[in-house]
Amino acid sequence: MLEWSQIIQSLPMLLAGLWSTLQMSAVGLAIGFVIAVGVCGLRLSPRAVLRRLGGAYITIFRGVPLLIQLLFLYNVLPRLGLGVTPVVAAIAGLSLCCGAYIAEILRGGFLTLPKGQAESALMLGLSHRALLLRIQIPQVVRLTSPALVNEVILLIKASSLISVVGISELTRTAQNLAASTFLQLEFYLAAAALYCVLNVSLALLGSWLEIRLRRSGA
Amino acid sequence: MSASRANDAIIEARGMGKRFGDNTVLADIDLRVHRSEVVCLIGPSGSGKSTLLRCLAFLERYDEGEVELEGELLGFERGRQGQRVAASNRRVRQVRRNVGMVFQQFNLWPHMTVLANVTEALKRVKRLSRTDADNRGRAMLDKVGLADKAAAYPAQLSGGQQQRVAIARALAMEPHIMLFDEPTSALDPELVGEVLQVMKQLAAEGMTMVVVTHEMGFAAQVADTVVFLDQGKVVARGSPSEVFRHAESPRLQQFLQNYLERNAFWDTLEESTTHA
Repeated sequence: MLEWSQIIQSLPMLLAGLWSTLQMSAVGLAIGFVIAVGVCGLRLSPRAVLRRLGGAYITIFRGVPLLIQLLFLYNVLPRLGLGVTPVVAAIAGLSLCCGAYIAEILRGGFLTLPKGQAESALMLGLSHRALLLRIQIPQVVRLTSPALVNEVILLIKASSLISVVGISELTRTAQNLAASTFLQLEFYLAAAALYCVLNVSLALLGSWLEIRLRRSGA
Repeated sequence: MSASRANDAIIEARGMGKRFGDNTVLADIDLRVHRSEVVCLIGPSGSGKSTLLRCLAFLERYDEGEVELEGELLGFERGRQGQRVAASNRRVRQVRRNVGMVFQQFNLWPHMTVLANVTEALKRVKRLSRTDADNRGRAMLDKVGLADKAAAYPAQLSGGQQQRVAIARALAMEPHIMLFDEPTSALDPELVGEVLQVMKQLAAEGMTMVVVTHEMGFAAQVADTVVFLDQGKVVARGSPSEVFRHAESPRLQQFLQNYLERNAFWDTLEESTTHA
C-alpha cells in the first residue's frame, strides 16, 4: 500500500520543488526566446558570415547534451576564473539550450511565409522593421505555436537536469525525500504526477491559445 | 506620343540589362512611360516581361543601364566620380514612394482583415490617424466595389475579390504609377473580368500604368502602347493596332497566332449558332 500520509506530509516540500522548477523554466524560456530571435535573425541573414555564426551556435547548443552543458557551466567555468552560482548556471544552461531549438522552430516558420508578402509590404513603403513586427512575427508565432508549446514542455522536463548543479527543484526534492524515507515508489510517483499535471495544463493552455489565434484570422 | 510630351517621361529606362548568373534575362531595354499612359508588356513566358516590371520597382536589381522614376535614379546613386553606387534601402523607398504594385498572387497579409490590409501602410508610412486611415481605407474598398468586405479576412474572399483588395491597398497610398504583374493570371476565368473592370476604370481616370498581361483583349482595348518582349529584348512596340494588326516580326506573328488559335472555338461556335 502507498504511504499517503507521508506524501501529504511532504507536500509543501514537493510543491516548493515544483515552484522552483516553474521559476527556472520560465526565466530560462524568456531568456531563451530572446536568444532564439537573435540566432534566427543570424540564420536568415543575407550575409554568409552571420549565417555561419548562427549555424555554429545551433551546432553547439543543440548538439551537446544539456547535462554536459550544465556540468561544464558549473564545474569548468570556475576553473577559468568565472565563478557562477547554481541559479546562474542553471538558467544559463536552460536558456542557451532552448534558444537553439526555438531559433530553428522560428526559422521554419519564417521560411513558410510567401516571399510576396514581404514584397507587397516593401512596395507600400513599410520599413524592414515594420515588416518584421507587423507582418512576419505575428504570423510566425501563429504558425509555430504547436511546436513552441511542445518545446516549452520539453524544457520543463529537461529542467530536471539542473538538479546536478544543486538546485532543489522538483526532481531533486523527490530524490531527497525518497532517500531519507525509503519511500521510493511514493515520491517518484508524486513527482511524476506533478510534472504531468503541469505539462497537461500547459498543453491545454496552448490549444486554447491556438483556437483563439485561429479565430482572429487565417 | 507627340513631341510635346517627350520630356514628361514618368518612367524612363535606358539601356537596362539584367543577368541571373551567366543568363542574360534582359538586354538593352529602353522604355519611356509618360504621365497617364497605359503600357502593356506582352510576350511568351520567360521573355523577361515580369523581370522588367520588377526592375522598374527595384524588386530586382538591374545590372546595366539606368531607371529613373519622375527624374530620380532608382536603386543607385551617383558617386563622386559619376560612378554608380548602390543606394540605401531608405533611398530606394524614397524614390519609389509614388509607385504602387499589384502582384499575380495578390500578396495580401492573411492575418489581417481586409480593412487592416488597406490601412496598415496609411498608418505606418503616411502616419494617418486611425480614423483617417479607416476612412480612406473604406473609400478605397468602395472604389473597387468591396465596401461590405472590410471586416473579412483575405481567405474568406474569392481570388478576384482579393486582387481588388490588393489594388485598393496600393491605391490608398495615392501612387503616381501603378505596376501590375500578371494581375489576372492566378484567377479562375470567370473572375478575370471584375479585376480588368477595375483596371479599365483606373486607366480612364488617367492613372499611369504598366501592365504585364496575357489578356490581349485588355491590351488592345486599354493600352496606349504595347511592348512585345522576346528573349529579354524589346522586339516590337507601338499602338495596339500597330502591334496586333501590323506585326512585322515573325516571333510576334507566331505569338499572336497562338492566341488566335486558342480563341478559334468562338468562331466555330458562332457559325453553328448562325446556321441553326
